[in-house]
Amino acid sequence: MTNPSMPIGAPLPDPAAGGGLDQPAVTESAAEVHVATKLEETAGPGDTEVLRVEDLTVSFPTDDGLVRAVRGVSYAVHEREVLGIVGESGSGKSVSSMAVMGLLPKSARIAGKILYRGDDLLKKSPKQQRALRGRKIAMIFQDPMTALNPVYSIGDQLAEAVLSHEIMPRKKALARAEEMLALVGIPQPKRRLDNYPHEFSGGMRQRAMIAMAVINNPDVIIADEPTTALDVTVQAQILETLVQVKDEVNAAIVLITHDLGVVAGMAHRVLVMYAGKPVEVAETDRVFYHPRMPYTAGLLGSIPSLEGSGSGSRLRPIVGTPPSLINLPKGCPFSPRCPLATDICHESEPPLAATDELGHVAACHHWDKLAEVDDPTVYFRTESEAV
Amino acid sequence: MGRYVVQRLGQMVPVVIGTTFLIYALVWSLPGDPFAAKCGDRPCPQNYIDRMTAEYNLDDPLPLAYLQYMGNLLTGDFGQTFSGASIADELLQRYPTTLQLTVLAILVEVVIGVAAGVLAGTRRGGFLDNLVLVSTLVVVSIPVFVLGLLAQITFGVRLGWFPVTSDGTLFSLVLPAIVLGSLSLAFVARLVRANLVENLRTDYVRTAIAKGLTRQRVIGVHTLRNSLIPVVTFVGADFGGLLGGAVVVEGIFNIPGVGNMIFRGINAHEGATVTAAVTVLVLVFLIVNLLVDLLYAVIDPRIRHA
Ligand SMILES: Nc1ncnc2c1ncn2[C@@H]1O[C@H](COP(=O)(O)OP(=O)(O)OP(=O)(O)O)[C@@H](O)[C@H]1O
Ligand code: SF4
Ligand SMILES: [Mg+2]
Repeated sequence: MTNPSMPIGAPLPDPAAGGGLDQPAVTESAAEVHVATKLEETAGPGDTEVLRVEDLTVSFPTDDGLVRAVRGVSYAVHEREVLGIVGESGSGKSVSSMAVMGLLPKSARIAGKILYRGDDLLKKSPKQQRALRGRKIAMIFQDPMTALNPVYSIGDQLAEAVLSHEIMPRKKALARAEEMLALVGIPQPKRRLDNYPHEFSGGMRQRAMIAMAVINNPDVIIADEPTTALDVTVQAQILETLVQVKDEVNAAIVLITHDLGVVAGMAHRVLVMYAGKPVEVAETDRVFYHPRMPYTAGLLGSIPSLEGSGSGSRLRPIVGTPPSLINLPKGCPFSPRCPLATDICHESEPPLAATDELGHVAACHHWDKLAEVDDPTVYFRTESEAV
Repeated sequence: MGRYVVQRLGQMVPVVIGTTFLIYALVWSLPGDPFAAKCGDRPCPQNYIDRMTAEYNLDDPLPLAYLQYMGNLLTGDFGQTFSGASIADELLQRYPTTLQLTVLAILVEVVIGVAAGVLAGTRRGGFLDNLVLVSTLVVVSIPVFVLGLLAQITFGVRLGWFPVTSDGTLFSLVLPAIVLGSLSLAFVARLVRANLVENLRTDYVRTAIAKGLTRQRVIGVHTLRNSLIPVVTFVGADFGGLLGGAVVVEGIFNIPGVGNMIFRGINAHEGATVTAAVTVLVLVFLIVNLLVDLLYAVIDPRIRHA
């Protein structure tokens, strides 16, 4: 079943084998949350572009200097499309999505364009921005344990999301809330409306958050690590729910995670971020089978394999730490950790540029070296493991 | 909720018995002559000793005497003062005044304190914030009797905005109430500010903003209620402190309240008066605390379901 070019350790099953998602190997592995959903079975992306981010930069003035958290992020998502944004902690995933939601603190310096259906959000008045927030662009946060207000009932908090954008009787808003709870798979939704967050489990709270996000039929849902804080056993269910409701409301999803495995079964396209910049953008399959940026290859090498045996199952995190966002090194920000780095890498920062396939861009001087080998993760093996 | 009330009432019983017993024992059964220094500077006359011994069953063992006293209280018999006046009558006359003063002080402390705290907390680092921080610090560092005298001289004598001493009207209690509540007001303002600032950073506030709520609604609905929980706790616990402060303030403004009565009772060594007044004070305090706990449960669902 192995695709010749499939890197050992990549969790994506062979697409040729009938989608591969029904294979028992996938669901049997205990640590496996990755390929939970049948993305292929859901409606594919449409042609309408709903959100486009252009050269977004965000920096924070601090006592230690200017923190350049986001240094030029561009992407676009279409209706029903799932875009995965992947990167290590601190790579600017949350900050860039908070910028889209208008949730950054006042101290943040934001530049670039955030276009919702062609209109630049950054040029809109606070009132206009608020009218879109939670109605057209909704967000799901990482920690469902703290994302809901402990002193109001679930029903009240869901209804409030409706009532803040639409004038209607509270009863009607609550009915809508009930409908949404049912949609996200919460049993006895009517009774559950009166519950308080502390009466919900973590998984149920995240379902409630998803219900809150879709209650106004948004065009874009930004999910920032929606399963990271959850039990492994419920992570897959939550992701599945997320993909299901996306089709229900025809929304695009920007799925943020530090886990490449999560986007494997979830995203149509993947954007890999490093030190505040996208370093690779491609179709999900391309990213998994033919990464063209060493950092991506390193991430692939560090996820547990589906094969579940031998050296493939061992975690090999990329050595070293991400650079300081205050004092970025000269040249490629990955160069201090990159096994392929050469002199030019320490001199000039590579731009995001086309690679050997259309629509697959990477920011690496030496992407062609990855194209030469079957398994690009080989560069990240320890000596004893290297073939 | 019903179960919670019953539970709290149940908890109150031993507290009521414990505290009132302690007061009773302290006044009447300390080792030595119970009538030493209870009749002013002179030794007590024998007929008074006889009357008191009978009234307080001092010949009986302490627990029994206490039970009989409490039984009397329950039937409305609060005993008599040295001069033979009914203590119950005096309490009935004075308690409303003290309660008015205390409730006014709580109003002052809650209304102004919360408002100042919200203004400061939502404009962190701004002029109002600094004003609130500095002025509360000033208030906190001045003793109540100094503040009381200053207020009396400034607003009563010099400016003439308020009566200098109590004239029995509610209005004449306003200045004393502000003085009495000022210390707690400063605490409340700081408490609200600190909690608001903290709550504004929580994830659920971020969720509220992400929902597209207005700033007023985010603050008013999603942070204020949570920030008020510690305020309710504080005000409840502070009630006893206010009753204590009332003794001082009633003295400064010459208000005929219970504080004044206890103060004079202690000075005049009127054991019967002090016992009755303080026992009622304890009961009032406990009832208020119960109400506060219930209010707490109304605000915070997590308590209700615990
Ligand atoms: N308000 C702020 N002031 C200063 N620096 C900030 C602020 N908010 C975020 N940062 C910095 O911006 C960088 C990017 O943070 P961000 O939260 O976007 O990372 P992330 O990719 O979401 O990581 P994680 O996986 O940990 O969530 C971090 O180095 C962080 O310290
Ligand atoms: S540019 Fe150089 S240092 Fe950066 S990822 Fe590519 S090879 Fe490595
Ligand atoms: Mg993050």
